Amino acid sequence: MLGRTADGLYWMFRYIERAENIARLVDAGLRVALTRSGATDDDWDGVLQSAGVRSAYGARHERLTSADAVDFLLRDTANPSSVLSCIEAGRNNARMVRTALTRDTWEATNECWIELKAALSKPLKAKELPEIIHAIKQCTGLIRGAFHGSMLRNEIYHFASIGTYTERADNTSRILDVKYYVLLPSVSSVGTSLDNVQWESILRSVSAHRSYGWVYDGGYRAANIADFLILNVQMPRSLAHCYEKIVGDLNHLAADYGQRLKCHETAEAIYATLRSRNIRDIIDQGLHEFLEDFIRHNNQLGIEISEGYRFYT
Amino acid sequence: MMDADGRPRQPYVDYHDWYAQQDPALLAAKSKEAEHIFRKTGITFNVYGHSESAEKLIPFDIVPRIISGKEWRRLAQGIEQRVVALNAFLYDIYHKQEIIRAGRIPRQLISNNAAFLPEMIGVRPPGGVYTHIVGTDIVRTGENQFYVLEDNARTPSGVSYMLENRETMLQMFPELFHRNKVQRVEDYPSLLRQSLQSLAPPGCDGTPRVAILTPGIYNSAYYEHSFLADMMGVELVEGSDLRVIDGKVKMRTTRGYQAIDVLYRRVDDDYLDPLTFNPESALGVPGIMDVYRAGNITIANAPGTGISDDKAIYSYMPEIVEFYTGRKALLENVPTWRCSEEESLAYVLEHLAELVVKEVHGSGGYGMLVGPAASKAELEAFEAKLRARPDNYIAQPTLALSTVPVLVENGIAPRHVDLRPYVLVGDKVKIIPGGLTRVALKEGSLVVNSSQGGGTKDTWVLED
Repeated sequence: MLGRTADGLYWMFRYIERAENIARLVDAGLRVALTRSGATDDDWDGVLQSAGVRSAYGARHERLTSADAVDFLLRDTANPSSVLSCIEAGRNNARMVRTALTRDTWEATNECWIELKAALSKPLKAKELPEIIHAIKQCTGLIRGAFHGSMLRNEIYHFASIGTYTERADNTSRILDVKYYVLLPSVSSVGTSLDNVQWESILRSVSAHRSYGWVYDGGYRAANIADFLILNVQMPRSLAHCYEKIVGDLNHLAADYGQRLKCHETAEAIYATLRSRNIRDIIDQGLHEFLEDFIRHNNQLGIEISEGYRFYT
Repeated sequence: MMDADGRPRQPYVDYHDWYAQQDPALLAAKSKEAEHIFRKTGITFNVYGHSESAEKLIPFDIVPRIISGKEWRRLAQGIEQRVVALNAFLYDIYHKQEIIRAGRIPRQLISNNAAFLPEMIGVRPPGGVYTHIVGTDIVRTGENQFYVLEDNARTPSGVSYMLENRETMLQMFPELFHRNKVQRVEDYPSLLRQSLQSLAPPGCDGTPRVAILTPGIYNSAYYEHSFLADMMGVELVEGSDLRVIDGKVKMRTTRGYQAIDVLYRRVDDDYLDPLTFNPESALGVPGIMDVYRAGNITIANAPGTGISDDKAIYSYMPEIVEFYTGRKALLENVPTWRCSEEESLAYVLEHLAELVVKEVHGSGGYGMLVGPAASKAELEAFEAKLRARPDNYIAQPTLALSTVPVLVENGIAPRHVDLRPYVLVGDKVKIIPGGLTRVALKEGSLVVNSSQGGGTKDTWVLED
């Protein structure tokens, strides 16, 4: 496979994953605004930070308003991480690697682009938002479905999968890192009345507000939420789950190529950490520091994969 | 579809019966469905001059153009003769130039021509083949009268439409293919791969590795490049993937660099090698021409092939065919006035309103004048251009092009068409039965180019 093709697959799936994650973040943000009586536009600050575009937003808009934030996150093409930009970039990468994709996967991607480009072409009214967010989740879900249902489990699949889970791990860790201050004060004060809306919003932004209840008895507890999103391998957006997948994909590549590279060691090390630590220790030693470390290592892994498999040179 | 007495022409007899039984509303719905299939598959082209995201569909007409087996055999013989002559001409032009010594074509036609590449003098491409893939544009003006309009010998495009049009028709009207025995075009990608592999460089051992070189996703024909690579099962490479290492052209793969034996390039000569041609080009491969001259890679079509399909050369094709094959050309040329010749220029200027005038190096229907359709002001403007640079133009009579039926809002109506059959030259010459029929969708229009509002339709050659 061409190095450029591996690169295109990796980024195609990163962008599609990102588009979906941004839609979830917006969804959670809208929910907070709806359910909390004293909701302020400041709540969008956290959403923009989680999306990693707080400063980019500041460069475009003087004031922080709900409408501007939503517009910026969903359809502003000056924002490289807006849903529209991600879909465009994902589809451009898909065109570039067209020969590596099944017809089903390509068509799902192309149709997603056609539909969302039309839907996001004009400013959105508040009442249209639920429908748009639903469409984004549905379109990206269709791409994933076509991909899983039709692609050979070969190197193409693994590079694409690594892109998906690298992006997802990055996203989940950012959401937690932005909100860790909501979780922290409560760790020691179990049972006090806490900001349930904020906690629910964390879970909602990873579509886990229901499944959390299936796994952990009782109400929202900071340590449980952190455990769920970081260490629980059953949770499909947790860091542990993402790394279980990434390590699996990399091992397949190593077996296929008959060669282990630096990126394999890095991924194994990250995964080992996630499997061996417990949430109490992590919180005691600093959740923020842990997440910062994780984000850095996750980025480093991406660089090592691109070097090891000759994405660019 | 009909003859002068209002009866369906022989190859259309069955289709005509079938059509008579169809519900017009259903056909209109099918036509919409076809558009949807094309859109979702991404069978689009980019229009230059529009924003990069402007991807357009080429309109597809669901009424097939039908050619009888007998008609086709005659055409195919003429095309093969012409393609053989083109390759012989190219070999001669880049070697002894006997045709010039024999006084059949003027020397300055070659030496002053930008499409002639001095870098190719004395180079013998693998198998002696220069133009591996040819698209010969043909028009019909009467029952038995065909003319060659153009020989596209550099990088003819459109073959993906031939294939997708057939695929779409098979999906939408399977019953038509039960009733009519239509010759297959679906083998084109594998025939192309075999044909290219048969001309691998002599030093290649094992199965020759083929790749398609594309300028990238913003190129107007990118869809076709990726489609062909996909169907042929070969890599689709860009210049940035390739590098000359140890005298071979190699592509960067996730496992390291791997040699390419045959490169089907969809990049123009000028951009192929920044060390030899345009130094600004980022689309090509520095040093590829050295590898080529050393005989270590096959480039299809060969660099410098453009000298054979130039519109000024075109007017000499009857002489060229006769010179190299020893026989009169089976297919006729459209009578052509070379405006570089004083007498011709005078005639053209006098009859401008009746003629079609084309730029010698133009393509895609740009920069051309259709006299009968032009306004007085347009004619005057063109006259000035002609006087300023007469050698930049040729002129041809406006042909009474044949029409075929297309589906319009209220039933079917006649529209003008041309036909581009695709020819593969490897160890043998293969002509795909059918080709791309381009249709001028505007009533009365003669311009079939997709960049000018033309559409396409499936082309059937019947087995008979």
